Order: sequence, then structure tokens, then C-alpha cells
Amino acid sequence: MQKVRRVISVIVQNEAQVLARVSGLFAGRGYNIDSLTVATIPNSDMSHMTIVTRGSSRVMEQIIKQLHKLIPVYKVIEHDSMVEKEMVLVKFPIQKGENIAAIQALFEAYNGGIVNASEEVLIAMAADESHRINHCIDASQVFSPSEIVRSGVVAMER
Amino acid sequence: MKISGAQMVCEAIIAEGAKYVFGYPGGAIMNVYDEIYKQNGFEHILTRHEQAAVHAADAYARVSGEVGVAMVTSGPGFTNAVTGLATAYMDSIPMVVISGQIPVSLIGTDGFQEVDAVGISRPCTKHNYLVKSIEDLPRILKEAFYIARSGRPGPVLVDIPKDITSEIAEFKYPDSVNIPTYKPSYNGNNRQIKKAVEAILQAKKPLLYIGGGAVLSNAYEIIREFAKVTGIPAVETLMARGVMGDSNELHIGMPGMHGNYASNMAMSETDLLISLGARFDDRVTGKLSEFAKYADIIHIDIDPANIGKIVDVDYPIVGDVRIVVGKMLDALKDKVNKERYQVWRDLLKRYNEVHPLTYQDSDEVIKPQWVVERIGELVGEDATVTSDVGQHQMWAAQFFPFSRPRQWVNSGGLGTMGFGLPAALGAKMADPSKTVINITGDGSILMNIQELVTAAENGIAVVNVMLNNHFLGMVRQWQTFFYEKRYSETDLSYQPNWKMLTEACGGVGYDVTTKEEFDEALKDAIKQNKVAFINVAVDRFENVLPMVPAGGALYNMMLEYKER
Ligand SMILES: Cc1ncc(C[n+]2csc(CCOP(=O)(O)OP(=O)(O)O)c2C)c(N)n1
Ligand SMILES: [Mg+2]
Repeated sequence: MQKVRRVISVIVQNEAQVLARVSGLFAGRGYNIDSLTVATIPNSDMSHMTIVTRGSSRVMEQIIKQLHKLIPVYKVIEHDSMVEKEMVLVKFPIQKGENIAAIQALFEAYNGGIVNASEEVLIAMAADESHRINHCIDASQVFSPSEIVRSGVVAMER
Repeated sequence: MKISGAQMVCEAIIAEGAKYVFGYPGGAIMNVYDEIYKQNGFEHILTRHEQAAVHAADAYARVSGEVGVAMVTSGPGFTNAVTGLATAYMDSIPMVVISGQIPVSLIGTDGFQEVDAVGISRPCTKHNYLVKSIEDLPRILKEAFYIARSGRPGPVLVDIPKDITSEIAEFKYPDSVNIPTYKPSYNGNNRQIKKAVEAILQAKKPLLYIGGGAVLSNAYEIIREFAKVTGIPAVETLMARGVMGDSNELHIGMPGMHGNYASNMAMSETDLLISLGARFDDRVTGKLSEFAKYADIIHIDIDPANIGKIVDVDYPIVGDVRIVVGKMLDALKDKVNKERYQVWRDLLKRYNEVHPLTYQDSDEVIKPQWVVERIGELVGEDATVTSDVGQHQMWAAQFFPFSRPRQWVNSGGLGTMGFGLPAALGAKMADPSKTVINITGDGSILMNIQELVTAAENGIAVVNVMLNNHFLGMVRQWQTFFYEKRYSETDLSYQPNWKMLTEACGGVGYDVTTKEEFDEALKDAIKQNKVAFINVAVDRFENVLPMVPAGGALYNMMLEYKER
């Protein structure tokens, strides 16, 4: 069976345990979650989860049905035609300041820039599709980043 | 009206119409037990182990069709209940279990008798709640009962911290529930139903494959009618025994690992498999690539997640079996021609004649199958039969002449040894007019033997019939067949004195080694009107047959065991 990358959104009642219920479905079946983001939906008592995972279509179909079955799950969207974005924060030690412009240029190419600078470190941000974030991180390596934090994907059906 | 959380629990149980609560007290649930003492809206049955309380509530639900209620304390009380929750979850049994929890302010501090009950029970309940505020309690209790019994039923846990049961607040039990994220669908899609009906009219060898969902949805009358009007033969799974009624000539038998030849051949040769609340368990399908190879599949199930889970389905219908079968029957009634399936019916009948379920009876030693048949002859329709897990369970399912649903109570999905005796208690409470026979094994019975005391104390007259092979027989059978007779840890030659044990607990015991003794013992046990225990020495090495070895194709049955 081919394992394909899937992005699903799960709209849930914003209540205790709900994250554990959702992630438990994956854990109990031994499936990994590549990324998961959650935040409340404005002006509602619901939250939006975006989950990126990998699996065969039968496995995914079963997971989606099981998600539907959870009592606090309102809706499950298996993304097909979507806009997806992910953010990354990357921290660089500042040597003699010579790289700042180059780092700035790199992150601007990925819808970001430098978001914080102090005497020893600067933090750059990029917001883009996941595969582009991968490129951005790869390209950052020459500047010897000391820390990288990715947000995980958020997605919206077109 | 202002009352305590503990009173709210009692009020809710009464409002839901529960007659019995099976349970066991302890520190964190004591506030509720204090209110139980004061009320008289329901009766509490003190089992002697929390697992037994949950099994009893479960069996009460299986026999009555109502929601079973059990109550336990925090920590070890709750962990003892987990096997019961998982058992009910696997068989989709409506049940509410109320557990005490340590006070809200202490949760997460490794407090005395603290365990994360909602965390542990999450994968083995339909839903669970940790009550964090007394304001939520009435709504949660109402939702718990509603969720347990609606849609695909299942157990719901409500974990209530001790400070919440002592707190006082305004109480009004809600009249209705409103859970925007939970709306089970019952009616089935009419277009899909129409297509399925067309498929039935086109088929030459259709087969009803009846599962536990048919029992849960109280669909037996409409299913029998459907079979009668259409002339379509039926097999029923371990969980559905009794739906067709064994004397019904359209009843072919039970399919699966220990199914009869005709049923497994019917599954293999059908051209249209009509699944009514069955879930294609691996013990039923055998090797999937060979399963129902020539058939299109109509799958009717209230749980969309069951459809397409194991096999690809041609006609998926999400809905309640009773309602959907009713609609299909209406659509078929005037069009169907029973004659169309005559050849098919004749073939299956022939299969049953050539390879009936059978065993070699003996004059030297009692055969376990004979015991089951004999109970059928002596008690028959008057019996509710519960069982434990093992060979005796399979023989009970194979050889007891079931005539109605809810007559047969067993742990099919989880296969929980120790289920039988507490289940017998729950079954008797649910329908005292029936003679409850627990067909058990010498291994299983010891896993909840303490319930003899509960039965004796409360005058719950159930009859245990133990098929004593001095073995963990089912495991022994696999060792014989597949492990070159290395009987690793399955020999139960060392045994208690069963008669003394039973009598020490307040029951009446019998040791039986001949058929005559068995007849006498059973008749006497039923007359005694108290908990009874018949220890029947049976052939130690009898095997359950036919057998489809795990992972094998259904049509490759081992019909007899040949010594190698
Ligand atoms: C709690 C539990 N532990 C272990 C098993 C595995 N198991 C299945 S059948 C069986 C043997 C049961 O022995 P007995 O009750 O004597 O029944 P018999 O097969 O001899 O009729 C065992 C150990 C189980 N089903 N449940
Ligand atoms: Mg045994």
C-alpha cells in the first residue's frame, strides 16, 4: 500500500480531553502524526485542528471515520484542494554581523524576514508551504542556525 | 431545588429508570453510597469485585435492552472495572459506569487512590467524562445515558471527584440533550436502499449475514419476516445467536472459525452477502482474500466506521438494522420471487445434511456437547444462557437450540474469561422469569468465583454448569493442533473441591460423572431456587470442530481431528 501525505482538518468542540481523543486514535493504531496544530475558531466554542499524516487510503478512510465517531468532533475535512502554510522560526548566532543581510534576503524569499535581533542572536521567520520551508531550512544551514522551530501546517480548503 | 452532587447521581439514575445498580463502594464514591442508603428508587447489588459489577450491569443491559448501571470507587476500584468496560465496548453494550475520583484540587498530585480514569478508559469507552464542576453534573449524567443507548450503543464512564459529590447546587435534570457534534443517523439512505433492493432481486444466491447489531436494534421480528417473505437463507454470528431461531428452516447456522460447514460454504459461495449489523470480525471472515469471493456486499450498519473497515462494500447503508430492513422489505414484498433462490436453499440444506454439526457420543465419558444439548432439551426456551470463554462457549453457541435473541449472553468481541457468572447474575435480575444457566469452564469460573457469594446473599438463583475438562481447553486444543502437544501451562488437574466451595459460599453443589447424574443434578438445581453449581466431568481431550485455522480460508475447514 502506498503511503501518501495527507492533510486533514478536524473541527472539534473546544473542551478538555479532545486533543487526547484525537491523537489517541493515531497512537492506538501505531500511526505517526507529522504535524498537528490547534487553535480556537474565533467567535465559537469550537477549535480547528490541522493534522498532517501519512497512510494508505484504507487506513486514512478508517481514521477519518473514527474521528467522525468521536463525540466532540463536529466535522472532518480531508483536504484535496487547499492552501497550506507553515511557519518556521530560526535562531542564528551573530558573529560579526556580516551575515545579517544575507539571512534577511533568504527569509524574505520565503514570505518572512528577521523578527528579532539582540547582541548575540537574531531570529528569522518564514511562512510558506511545507516543502518550501524545508528548502528555507536547508538554505539556512550555511549560517549555522542554533535552533529551529516549525509550527506545523495550517490548511484551508479553497 | 438545591441538592448535593451525590443526590444528583441518584436522581439521575432514578430518572433514567434504572432498577438496579451493580457496584462496590470506597473512599472517593462514599458520598454517593450515603445517598444510595437513603433512597429507594433503585436497588444496589453489592458484587464482590468491581469487574463483576460491570459484567453484571452489562449482562443486565444485554438481556433487558436497557442501559446497565455500575458504580465503583477511584483508583483500584476503577482499574478493576476496566476489563468490564472493554468487554462492553467490544460488544457495543449500552452501559453507564460511575466512578469516584479524588477531589478536584488533588487531581494530578498522585493522591491516594488516584488514577487517570478518563485516560485509561478512553480507548475502551464510547465516551467518558471527568466532571470538573457541579454545574455540569446534571447535563453530563443526562448525556451519558443518551450516548450509551443511542446510535451504536456502548459504555460511557462518568468520573466524579469526591468534592463534587458533596457540593450543593441547584438541580434540574434536563429533559433533552443537545450535542451538536453527535447526531447518529438511523434511517438509511433511500437511494442506497433502492439499489440494494435491485441487487437482491438480481441475485441468485443471496445470504443474510446477521450480527450483534440485529440484537441491539431489536430487529429480529422484521429480519425473520424479511427472510420468510424473500426466502433468503441466513447465517448468524456468535453475537446474533437466536435472532432467526434455530428451528427456522432458513437458519443455516453460525459461520466462522467454529462455524458449521454449511454456513461457511454459504459465506464462500454466496453472490450477494447482506450484512445486518455484523462487522466482519476476523474470527468470522477467515482469510480475507478468499472471503465471500464471489459476492457483492450490502453492508447495513449504524456505525459508518464499520462499513468498508475490513472488506470493500458495494452497497453501504448507514442506519439502524430494524428500520432499514423494514424499508427493504416494503420495497421487495411485491417483487420478490422466493422460487428464484430455491436451488440455493436446496444446496445449503444439502450441505447441512452431508456435514451437520456433530460429535461422537460415548457411554464411558460425558461429552461436553451432550451436556449442552441436554440442557437444551431439559430447559430450552425457558433458559437464558450465559457463558465464559473457551471451548465450552463454542459448544454452547453450536449446540444449544436458541429460539430468541437476548437468550444468549457471551463476551464475543473481547473474549473475557470470568464474564459468565457475573453475567448470569445480571441476566437473572433482568428477567427473573427465565432459568439462567451459566455454561462455564474450569478455568474461566475461577476468575470471578467470588460472585457465588453475591448470588447466595441476594437469592439470585442461577445454575452454573461447568464443563470440567481439567484444562484451559481452548488453549490446549491449539497446542494439540499447532504446537505438537506441548501442553504448556494449560493442565488444570489441580482443582478445588467444587461442591464444597459452592456450599461454603451458600450455594448448592453437584459432582457429576454420568448422564443420569447430570439429569438429576440439573433438575434438582433448578428446583432449589438458589445458586447452584454442577461440576460435570467431561472428556478431557474433546476438540471444538469444525475449525478454520486462524488465517485460513473459510471453506478450508478441519472437520475432524486426525492424530498424527
Ligand atoms: C481473561 C482471559 N485470559 C486469557 C484468555 C485466553 N483463553 C481463551 S480460552 C482459555 C481457556 C479457558 O479455559 P476454560 O474456562 O476451562 O474453558 P475450556 O476451553 O476448557 O472449555 C484461555 C486461557 C482469555 N480469553 N481471557
Ligand atoms: Mg476447561
